[in-house]
Amino acid sequence: MPGKLKVKIVAGRHLPVMDRASDLTDAFVEVKFGNTTFKTDVYLKSLNPQWNSEWFKFEVDDEDLQDEPLQITVLDHDTYSANDAIGKVYIDIDPLLYSEAATVISGWFPIYDTIHGIRGEINVVVKVDLFNDLNRFRQSSCGVKFFCTTSIPKCYRAVIIHGFVEELVVNEDPEYQWIDRIRTPRASNEARQRLISLMSGELQRKIGLKVLEMRGNAVVGYLQCFDLEGESGLVVRAIGTACTLDKLSSPAAFLPACNSPSKEMKESPLVHPPSHGCRSTHNSPIHTATGSRLTQNFSVSVPTLIYTGMGSGSAGKEGGPFKALLRQQTQSALEQREFPFFTLTAFPPGFLVHVGGVVSARSVKLLDRIHNPDEPETRDAWWAEIRQEIKSHAKALGCHAVVGYSESTSICEEVCILSASGTAAVLNPRFLQDGTVEGCLEQRLEENLPTRCGFCHIPYDELNMPFPAHLTYCYNCRKQKVPDVLFTTIDLPTDATVIGKGCLIQARLCRLKKKAQAEANATAISNLLPFMEYEVHTQLMNKLKLKGMNALFGLRIQITVGENMLMGLASATGVYLAALPTPGGIQIAGKTPNDGSYEQHISHMQKKINDTIAKNKELYEINPPEISEEIIGSPIPEPRQRSRLLRSQSESSDEVTELDLSHGKKDAFVLEIDDTDAMEDVHSLLTDVPPPSGFYSCNTEIMPGINNWTSEIQMFTSVRVIRLSSLNLTNQALNKNFNDLCENLLKSLYFKLRSMIPCCLCHVNFTVSLPEDELIQVTVTAVAITFDKNQALQTTKTPVEKSLQRASTDNEELLQFPLELCSDSLPSHPFPPAKATSVDYSSFADRCSSWIELIKLKAQTIRRGSIKTTMTVEKASPVGDGNFRNRSAPPCANSTVGVVKMTPLSFIPGAKITKYLGIINMFFIRETTSLREEGGVSGFLHAFIAEVFAMVRAHVAALGGNAVVSYIMKQCVFMENPNKNQAQCLINVSGDAVVFVRESDLEVVSSQQPTTNCQSSCTEGEVTT
Amino acid sequence: MTSELDIFVGNTTLIDEDVYRLWLDGYSVTDAVALRVRSGILEQTGATAAVLQSDTMDHYRTFHMLERLLHAPPKLLHQLIFQIPPSRQALLIERYYAFDEAFVREVLGKKLSKGTKKDLDDISTKTGITLKSCRRQVVEEMRGSLVDNIQQHFLLSDRLARDYAAIVFFANNRFETGKKKLQYLSFGDFAFCAELMIQNWTLGAVDSQMDDMDMDLDKEFLQDLKELKVLVADKDLLDLHKSLVCTALRGKLGVFSEMEANFKNLSRGLVNVAAKLTHNKDVRDLFVDLVEKFVEPCRSDHWPLSDVRFFLNQYSASVHSLDGFRHQALWDRYMGTLRGCLLRLYHD
Repeated sequence: MPGKLKVKIVAGRHLPVMDRASDLTDAFVEVKFGNTTFKTDVYLKSLNPQWNSEWFKFEVDDEDLQDEPLQITVLDHDTYSANDAIGKVYIDIDPLLYSEAATVISGWFPIYDTIHGIRGEINVVVKVDLFNDLNRFRQSSCGVKFFCTTSIPKCYRAVIIHGFVEELVVNEDPEYQWIDRIRTPRASNEARQRLISLMSGELQRKIGLKVLEMRGNAVVGYLQCFDLEGESGLVVRAIGTACTLDKLSSPAAFLPACNSPSKEMKESPLVHPPSHGCRSTHNSPIHTATGSRLTQNFSVSVPTLIYTGMGSGSAGKEGGPFKALLRQQTQSALEQREFPFFTLTAFPPGFLVHVGGVVSARSVKLLDRIHNPDEPETRDAWWAEIRQEIKSHAKALGCHAVVGYSESTSICEEVCILSASGTAAVLNPRFLQDGTVEGCLEQRLEENLPTRCGFCHIPYDELNMPFPAHLTYCYNCRKQKVPDVLFTTIDLPTDATVIGKGCLIQARLCRLKKKAQAEANATAISNLLPFMEYEVHTQLMNKLKLKGMNALFGLRIQITVGENMLMGLASATGVYLAALPTPGGIQIAGKTPNDGSYEQHISHMQKKINDTIAKNKELYEINPPEISEEIIGSPIPEPRQRSRLLRSQSESSDEVTELDLSHGKKDAFVLEIDDTDAMEDVHSLLTDVPPPSGFYSCNTEIMPGINNWTSEIQMFTSVRVIRLSSLNLTNQALNKNFNDLCENLLKSLYFKLRSMIPCCLCHVNFTVSLPEDELIQVTVTAVAITFDKNQALQTTKTPVEKSLQRASTDNEELLQFPLELCSDSLPSHPFPPAKATSVDYSSFADRCSSWIELIKLKAQTIRRGSIKTTMTVEKASPVGDGNFRNRSAPPCANSTVGVVKMTPLSFIPGAKITKYLGIINMFFIRETTSLREEGGVSGFLHAFIAEVFAMVRAHVAALGGNAVVSYIMKQCVFMENPNKNQAQCLINVSGDAVVFVRESDLEVVSSQQPTTNCQSSCTEGEVTT
Repeated sequence: MTSELDIFVGNTTLIDEDVYRLWLDGYSVTDAVALRVRSGILEQTGATAAVLQSDTMDHYRTFHMLERLLHAPPKLLHQLIFQIPPSRQALLIERYYAFDEAFVREVLGKKLSKGTKKDLDDISTKTGITLKSCRRQVVEEMRGSLVDNIQQHFLLSDRLARDYAAIVFFANNRFETGKKKLQYLSFGDFAFCAELMIQNWTLGAVDSQMDDMDMDLDKEFLQDLKELKVLVADKDLLDLHKSLVCTALRGKLGVFSEMEANFKNLSRGLVNVAAKLTHNKDVRDLFVDLVEKFVEPCRSDHWPLSDVRFFLNQYSASVHSLDGFRHQALWDRYMGTLRGCLLRLYHD
């Protein structure tokens, strides 16, 4: 399908002085697309040239339209010597290729040079005329919409959610080509920028094709990353969830549909029927010679841990057969897919039935052993292997799908760690099957899962648990079994009942490793990984208990590999789920109990820990109603029984085979201080300082327990690099340094943003990298959102209602349902005494030691499973949150530059997104050879990040948008060479360009048209009135 | 463990007013941190000194990057790199161009050249530079009303723009302000006089269409001032003027006898100042002359300010009753402004 691309160069401003003699510039512009180039006239002697060019027209295939970026180069004309380049603008014209998005790109773009940064601006207008073409065998996929947002975009409705799409393209990295030795850094940088832009276009086109084959029309939760493999190439890979989306255009027309239960089904997102939903996600067939290639390439598959304890329920008598039926149906629909994965983290109500727990897999690969580095096959096979592992983990958890799925890599020299993680889940059969079964099932479902606690119930068979766990009856409905702790990678389901507020919980860990080469190095890393996983998990669990909470959402564990160390950073948002048991405390036990002073020390520590727990409970307003009534059948433990966390390997190995549940009934678990290491751990537990009053933080979309956001938001990126003193580095010192680095960074953030109090840091995203031997770099991107304190206080009085309200904040809708409606469905839950749980750590230790054996034999995988979640099938009625009262007026009154908001969240508080304009996916390189003159490394990077923000904002504004949502800085690779006065940085960012309207502006409209508010709840599929 | 790199970049650029003030005042990061610690911010926020250090560094870096744009404020409004709400932009500019009165008093009337700049290093380099850039651009590029120009091109508030106009006016006419005798005068005094002079004595004051700006005194007017000499040269006219004034003020003035005795000297002083203004050198010495010839004699006789006002009003008004004097308009233009200036200059 050919198309016509039209470009007009209007004017420039603030150009740099290129001619020293006249202090002016003779500028002209080259417009290049594919192999065609046009030029404007030279506009003599001006820093603000007015070219006002004709329309430059390019006639091109739509395949090219998708792959190629439009390249605009501003040059200074020089009669006697070569023309000097001032800078470039790359414009991705993809947003112009689908009908509902932008129709024209028009605006001021910063002119960017990889050596000098932004040098003035240029005003450009771009249009595309597409000719329709019904060619079935086309290679383009124009019209498929892409969203970075990991939930169904706000002004759309999911008709069908098809499933996982992925693609990967490889190319030689221009920086490593022979020609790089003779060309300038500028030419090299530009070659790289252009190549990545091209590869991203190609990748998107290919994914689009897959979506079209699945009969979808959009990709949601699109995540594109690039791997700088060095010598072996440059990989751009992407994953996403294919969907069929419907634009919600007229809310009035939609309302009746919401009321009709029969239609409700159809509006609810369906997992695509197998007939067309089951194609392979691989372009090329997966190699059959897996085994042999693996040995060639050397790969170590790292065992993964089973997280947490919880079993499953033959939950209640009626539950068993029902579950079986449910599983069967789900299975049939999903099993035909190669990878039943979903990159979404938030779902339409009813989409999820069960969530089985966190599953993850890691694998260590050697890049210099790739046979055919220019072809994607090897990497495809690597990822396929990992995904297969994830799938089998999920299966072992009694789940058939994985949600909140993501993939990442960490590369150091020739070693690469591939990681994938997600949350095992069972999807609602109602959405998997059509017609016949529906009727009877629906009834049963509603009988069975009428409460909000459903998603906490265990999904698998209690008698055949995949890992040791400790179960109790649900504290909400008392019918089904729940685990004592719940870990997931998804956002908190909107209908979950939470007590108190949530908080950011991080586990941080460093491990020294010997420098080694090739296989030896990979083996060393593989040997360390399980220990790291284990310790990260222990830390998370301890910190969770210290906070008095019982569930983690948005869990993200990052393992970074460096020359001489491994770093682990896990971030998650802890909450107290009302359905789960109250977490037990933490007991400390000394090894030499007879020593008096030691005893004293221990009891002192114990007191400190108890105090901290009490303080945290107060701080996060965790005060579950205490009910003395005992739950029938619940394993109420004897108060002072203990499980032991055994540190010594020899001790634990004695119990290797013990995997039964005999340790299950403990209350508090015990930290045994038998060496300095353990002492350190306890200390580090207590060093985490809570945020100053008025501040909250979380790494999920929204903060559990806060629902009254006001409209002020501040997105920021903060980067810190520390240099470790190379002398006698120990694990302990390293841990302390890393811990201090993260804590200080958080403290700085709180201080900087103090004027926004009361506020919450949302979507806090930490990234760790090890650019050099002794350098640790931490990059944080987050958004601070203010909220109304008075209303917060009000809601804390009724925690349950609050959580309900909170649930719908990400709809950012004003659906004003009467509150009684929800309260009705709340069961009066009896809570048992608060001391009933434990995690069986000893079995962890056991497993850990046994793993070591296994690793020696290589290549086995153990699941790191974990927590289960069940989505209720009840009719979720998103209770509107009408609390956006305190919004400040937009401050853009008389500025000449329109304000563009940026946020990592999928919504803008106090506003409604009316249009998605397309994906923003930008890659920049900046290099300097005058580092000192530019203010050192800090000055250099500060300016560069500010420039990146500016370029993102300019592109959004040119598309006609006023915000970027789901913004993410996927990569920030910084390299310096202070001796040579040089530095280089690569940044990759993405997000969705949108148009939003303030709710205050909308109110006028909605008063005339009261049904407007229905929109977003309809997006979620169901509305109860 | 040392911090190699430490930055914070917000989508909306964070501006801390307190740190901005410290930066403008030319404190080093270390001094600024010390001052902030003393302000008790650590106790209020529970932050550590390291956090404060990092925060201060960060703000300083931001200001440093913004400074380039602040030199040409309209650029700040159109640039895309820093997203700053308009109210904040205004604050940045206003504060940047605000000056320390004592300092400006010091540089007033000095030729702002490289030499001067060096001298100023120990006072405040920053203000020196901004002042210089402001003056240079105003002088070289703009026409029309001085105050309006400064306001438009530097986006300053009315008050600040007026002050700048005064500075530019003084600098342009190179008025002597540094003499010991003039040390008692504040910048405000001079700014007040400058404004009156800009309004009444410049070309722009007569003809708003004038292409030239109101930087220069109206040459024609200065030439004409010679005509006033007749007031003291003509003995009859001088006597008549004196008697008119004395009659009107008799009994109303606490210092009547002193006034009567001094009238001729004072009048001669004021008229001679006018007559001499054709020479650049005498223009430069305007303030010295005014102080020597009028302010000091009165002060030595302990005239109260109210008496000075009565006298000057009567002194200028009674000229209208002098039949033989034809330059009434010229007199008013001269005395109207001079009266205002003298009243302002008359203090201890």
